[in-house]
Amino acid sequence: MRIVEKNQLMTATEIDRTIQRLAAEIVEKSGGTSNLALIGIRRRGVPLSQRIAQSMRGNGGVSVPVGTLDITLYRDDLSKVAAHPVLQSSEIPFTVDDKDIVLVDDVLYTGRTIRAAMNGLFDLGRPKRVRLCVLIDRGHREMPIEASFVGRNVQTSDAEIVEVRLNEIDHEERVMLVERVD
Amino acid sequence: MPFRFGHMLGIEALSAEEILFLLDQSKPFQEIQRHPLKKLATLRGKTVALAFFENSTRTRISFATAASRLGADQMNLQAEASSLKKGESLLDTVRTLDAMRPDCIVMRHSSSGAPDFVARNLDLPVINAGDGTHEHPTQALLDALTIRDKRGTLNGLNVTILGDILHSRVARSNIHLLSKFGCRITVCGPPMWVPREIECIAPGAAVRRVIRIEEALEGADVVMTLRVQQERMHEPSLAAEEYVLQYQLTPERLQLAKPDALVLHPGPMIRGLEIDPAVADGPQSCVLEQVTNGVAVRMAILFLMVADTFSERDSSHAAD
Repeated sequence: MRIVEKNQLMTATEIDRTIQRLAAEIVEKSGGTSNLALIGIRRRGVPLSQRIAQSMRGNGGVSVPVGTLDITLYRDDLSKVAAHPVLQSSEIPFTVDDKDIVLVDDVLYTGRTIRAAMNGLFDLGRPKRVRLCVLIDRGHREMPIEASFVGRNVQTSDAEIVEVRLNEIDHEERVMLVERVD
Repeated sequence: MPFRFGHMLGIEALSAEEILFLLDQSKPFQEIQRHPLKKLATLRGKTVALAFFENSTRTRISFATAASRLGADQMNLQAEASSLKKGESLLDTVRTLDAMRPDCIVMRHSSSGAPDFVARNLDLPVINAGDGTHEHPTQALLDALTIRDKRGTLNGLNVTILGDILHSRVARSNIHLLSKFGCRITVCGPPMWVPREIECIAPGAAVRRVIRIEEALEGADVVMTLRVQQERMHEPSLAAEEYVLQYQLTPERLQLAKPDALVLHPGPMIRGLEIDPAVADGPQSCVLEQVTNGVAVRMAILFLMVADTFSERDSSHAAD
């Protein structure tokens, strides 16, 4: 199996502009940031959530708490062969009870990651509201899950993969559409 | 870099990298011990057989708690209730357990090597929960986790182990583990409990045998006190009072170690025998952290050995 790069979906500038827009949208739709908290899903949801929080600080000057969630232990697809996952810690340095939580991830696909994240989140307490923010929604849902905040909708086929590459993790900054070729 | 573990029989065969991986994988489970809701569904539908052919309270409860918190069911076999009393062989007993289709077997046995024997004869992951005077790998891992959390590293520490080294699988597993990180280990106790052979337990291990406790404690970063097994007091005769006088870890003696030296005890702890209550409850004591960390380490091991695994291009998102 080979991976072929098909085309670029977002440039670094477009990613940045989209993050600014998402941050503004979250603040607007939440009526401020007073009860808000962001939780980034490992791995690429983490830098995205930090950048959104950074943008909110720039806009309204308010510091929104940011946490990270590792969903490995909550997955429903651990049984799909090969290498064992490496666990990482979740770091949520605030109580989630009665908070207005926005989960942040890079790509929304089947929805299984988000289901796992909600299971993990509810083990920590009872948030007042949970919404989802993603950079890319690529369709193909297998769960009744939708995002409240979407950077861009992209039509994809099942063989395609949306790769969000961020400086903090990948040392480059762009979103690519790639394809598996057997 | 993830590692695969077919069995968990002892520390001796593990590399330093594998040990660090196990300690790192225990971190998320340490955090779960602090959650209001401690139950995961990760091992739902899996069964862990707890086969304790030798009595155990804390290790069995710790493994049972770890299995429960991962969502696994348990089968329990306890020495007193087992058919061993009726003359069944070890192999027949574990084959019977295996026929009930558990996903792994956690085993304690009074004979050194019994878990290795079972691992060779069953097609099932075996976790050694203590075998004879051989090894107790999960105890050494939870001790290492406790030390690393407090010290930031395992490398190059001075570790003093006090008590009945001869009969202690905890001491052996700890010596194997700490030696892999370049620790200098001092073993100390009554001469008949500190065999000379312990100095050459592993190639390259820096193990020193000392009879006087004052000399053994000097400059220690970590002091591990072992339980004095009362049943061994008579072989050859050693009075409990004599042991207290010569080897009890007292606040005065602890002052010979480094000022911030850690005090560990695998339990059960006999206050007033091997350890002075003032030390057991003192600021340097890590005894209760060890117990909490034990559940985390055992959750990590059960997860690594029992959970089905999945493939992934990106280490965090297989499906998305």
